[in-house]
Amino acid sequence: MPRKLIELITSLKLTIICLAAGMALIFAGTLAQVHLGIHEAQQRYFQSFFVWWPPEGRGIKLPIFPGGHLIGAVLLINLVAAHAKRFRWAWRKLGIHLTHAGLIIMLAGGLFTDLFAVESHMRLANGETKNYSEDTRRDELAVIETTNPDFDQVTAVPESVLQRNHIIRHPSLPFQIVVRNLFQNSRLQAISEGDANAQPLANRGPGAQVMVQPMPRATAPDDQNVVTAAIEIIPTDRAGGTQESLGTWLVSDDLGAPQRFSWMGRTWQLTMRPARYYKPYSVTLQKFTHEKYAGTEIPKNFASQIALIDPERSLNRDVLIYMNHPLRYRGETYYQAGFQKDDSATILQVVHNPSFLAPYVACIIVAAGLLVQFGYHLVGFARRRRTLA
Amino acid sequence: MRRFFPAIVFVLAAFWIGASFVPAKKSHNDLDLAGFGKIPVLVGGRVKPLDTVARNSLLIIRTKETLRLDDGQQISAIRWLADTLFNAPVADQYPAFVIQNADVLGLFGWQQSDRKYFSFAQLTPFLKQIDEQGEQAEKLQTVERSAYQSAILNLRNALVLYQRLKNSVQPEGAEDFAAELQAFEQAVPEAARAARARETGASFDPAQLDRIAEVMQGYERLADMAYLLAVPQPSGPGDWRSVGQAIMQSIVARGIDPVVQLYAALGDAYRAGNRAAFEGTVDRLTDRIAQLQPTGVKRARYEFFFNAVDPFTHSMTLYVLAFLLACISWLTWHRPLNRAAFYLLLLAIAVHTFGLVSRMYLQERPPVTNLYSSAIFIGWGAVIVALILERIFRDGIGAACAGAIGFITLIIAHHLGGNGDTLEMLQAVLDTNIWLATHVVAITTGYSAMFLAGMLAIIYIVRGVFTRSLKKDTADSLARMTYGVVCFATLFSFVGTVLGGIWADQSWGRFWGWDPKENGAVLIVLWCAIILHARWGGFVRQRGLMIMAIFGNVVTSFSWFGVNMLGVGLHSYGFMQKAFPWLVGFIISQFALMCVASMPLARWRSFRAIRATRLTNRSILSLQNSQ
Repeated sequence: MPRKLIELITSLKLTIICLAAGMALIFAGTLAQVHLGIHEAQQRYFQSFFVWWPPEGRGIKLPIFPGGHLIGAVLLINLVAAHAKRFRWAWRKLGIHLTHAGLIIMLAGGLFTDLFAVESHMRLANGETKNYSEDTRRDELAVIETTNPDFDQVTAVPESVLQRNHIIRHPSLPFQIVVRNLFQNSRLQAISEGDANAQPLANRGPGAQVMVQPMPRATAPDDQNVVTAAIEIIPTDRAGGTQESLGTWLVSDDLGAPQRFSWMGRTWQLTMRPARYYKPYSVTLQKFTHEKYAGTEIPKNFASQIALIDPERSLNRDVLIYMNHPLRYRGETYYQAGFQKDDSATILQVVHNPSFLAPYVACIIVAAGLLVQFGYHLVGFARRRRTLA
Repeated sequence: MRRFFPAIVFVLAAFWIGASFVPAKKSHNDLDLAGFGKIPVLVGGRVKPLDTVARNSLLIIRTKETLRLDDGQQISAIRWLADTLFNAPVADQYPAFVIQNADVLGLFGWQQSDRKYFSFAQLTPFLKQIDEQGEQAEKLQTVERSAYQSAILNLRNALVLYQRLKNSVQPEGAEDFAAELQAFEQAVPEAARAARARETGASFDPAQLDRIAEVMQGYERLADMAYLLAVPQPSGPGDWRSVGQAIMQSIVARGIDPVVQLYAALGDAYRAGNRAAFEGTVDRLTDRIAQLQPTGVKRARYEFFFNAVDPFTHSMTLYVLAFLLACISWLTWHRPLNRAAFYLLLLAIAVHTFGLVSRMYLQERPPVTNLYSSAIFIGWGAVIVALILERIFRDGIGAACAGAIGFITLIIAHHLGGNGDTLEMLQAVLDTNIWLATHVVAITTGYSAMFLAGMLAIIYIVRGVFTRSLKKDTADSLARMTYGVVCFATLFSFVGTVLGGIWADQSWGRFWGWDPKENGAVLIVLWCAIILHARWGGFVRQRGLMIMAIFGNVVTSFSWFGVNMLGVGLHSYGFMQKAFPWLVGFIISQFALMCVASMPLARWRSFRAIRATRLTNRSILSLQNSQ
């Protein structure tokens, strides 16, 4: 039995089946992007172990096709196992060995990137300074204590925690947060005066005058989800017992101003905002330029002149970030990604990817391997023809 | 005859090609528009000769590069442009607008008939309607528009372009623009005095101030409308102004730019039909621009020459001829026809290369910058590899492939070029010659090789199934060629795809983003890997390899065009709905060929023939034995 298994996982047939399944998956996933949008299709087809059907249903769902992670993993195992089993050093196999070693690096690097890379945005108006970047897809509930005028104490609750837990407690907070409603996407509407039927979700703050309409999750790449939650604040005592509720607040991406409340002489702000990643350095936008070709609207170049200030490393320097010329600093890379319509602000893409070198290395190795292998074939072919002629 | 046939064919074709490199003779009674066509202007961010502007505009408006009047007279693009710029009332009568959609015609109360070209004068009563309908259609995404909406929007855009052209170097319908400018120049100081007088409360002539204000409004409108930026500025090579802007500037600069005045004089000479004055003014205008923009003038001159030579149409014709000669060579007259085909191909690839290199020179870019140029380059690459195969095997197969792929890709390019300028400026993210030269070239070379492998497989199958010409050695060499070309394709597709990933990593921080174009590229790599592994593992032999190579055509065409039709992602810069039926047709045809190839070998004419000979041999043997 184990021998058969080994034979199976090292077989060339399995390789071909995996490659063919990969093709089918990529084809289907590409077509699905038309309706789902690139991100959603990517999650469903490529960054999953199975493609499920029906995709969204609370009842039974069936795995109808292996997903990208499964195919990639099987291919990787197949590749490693086959070479471990059949590896025999020979110069004429050099090309094949190089090619496959490169592929292993590439697949492993891809897996690594999938697991560990973090992408976020930094939006800077002219002259603005920030020491954090923001996630474009995930939100967080920020509870900010502003009692001390010298500093704010921020407790951030990720959206995923809000989704999983109904009640949230944290040692830094003398109250518990009860998630009453949570909408991944929604539309807010002010309640018109005199509308007696309206039932707002919140009873405190400006959210009490707002109706929330749930929306399906946005799929188009430019559409943003508006996350909205109704949260109740219930103070707790030292022993963990609860006291009378302070009320329910509405927090949403679309509610601009944070909402305040006070209790026991301390004040807090509540706000729903894109999840933040703080940096040990700060970035200031000095100037954003957007060039166009004369007489057209075709963009010629976007460039952000920024000041990078890192007190830890006593660094203060100006950097120009423009198309195809990112800034790499302390494990993160800043790219010119976009801009506000009136050119008043720049949007930098911030990527943290520890395995970004893997594809570079892999590409060189595989290309060299293919060259050696096909060159070997070509020379052999030419020699045979010469002897024939 | 047989011996000299290849030489005769070569000499005839060379003469035909050579003739196109010689400038056309001037006719004695007409104005010489060649010099006029070489004048550089800035349109779409690029300095180009008026000849190119004329051809591209007419291509957008009429979908053809020439104009045929109702009486059958042919009018060149540059002549049409000259009339549009200088003599609008005449140009308004030319049937330059194409309308084929029955619903659009119905909007004007016209029935669909043989007539599909209309003049601006005929459309004038409906301008408001067209504008409204077009505006509605414009709000929709390209994919959502119906055929009628696309057609009305196209018509609206064509009309806008035409109106802007008419107001590019002089106000539409101006009879004596030079005199008008002179009057304006003289009136400006007086008007300035009057304006100062009004401010200080002294007495002034309000009528004079009103008159000049009215004229200035006209020039401001001219500045807004202008399609051409015709007036180079001394400040730098990218800085050009429209005639209207230059006139407005002259109020501050005290004196109208000589380029504006020369254009005005040119218009007057043109309307008067004064040949000497026209040609003299063209020369003075060119000299004046050359003082400010010497490279612009040089390049515009070269582009004019490039337009006149029209290399891709010429090489297209040669490719077809070569393909036919190579095919016939398998039936009869093998050597002479084969030779002739090879010579024609050498000529064709030379002209093709001339075109490709000219485009690179004009654009200062690597060869592939948009879908149009990808088609040109894919054809070029495939033809070169096929010619190398032909040199090695000398059996006409490489020649037939070269002819077929060269012709088909240039036809595709021709249809992709219908949207106007094929040397357009590049979006900011594409503005890097390193990646354009490596990633894009590698990917398109991979496409070339895939199509070549597919073409070889098609030859194998068509010759094997429908003719008796597929002998064993031919079949073997075809298989070897196909395998070699697939290896080549694997190398380039893989390297190109990964380089694309690295480019993406450099420019937006993501090595791989599952963008449709990236997916298309990786599909090709995967398919190559499958072909090679299936062959190494002995799962397929000759015929299997051929069927797989034909499927490679399907994969490559999906990757080249199909993903662009999805309209998603960062690479969807070349959306074309019109091509969709063609793509589907191509894919169906490839599947049909694969089905044909899957027929039992006994039904293949070539193999039936072999079997028959074998049988006869055996019966002769048995006969001998029995005797």
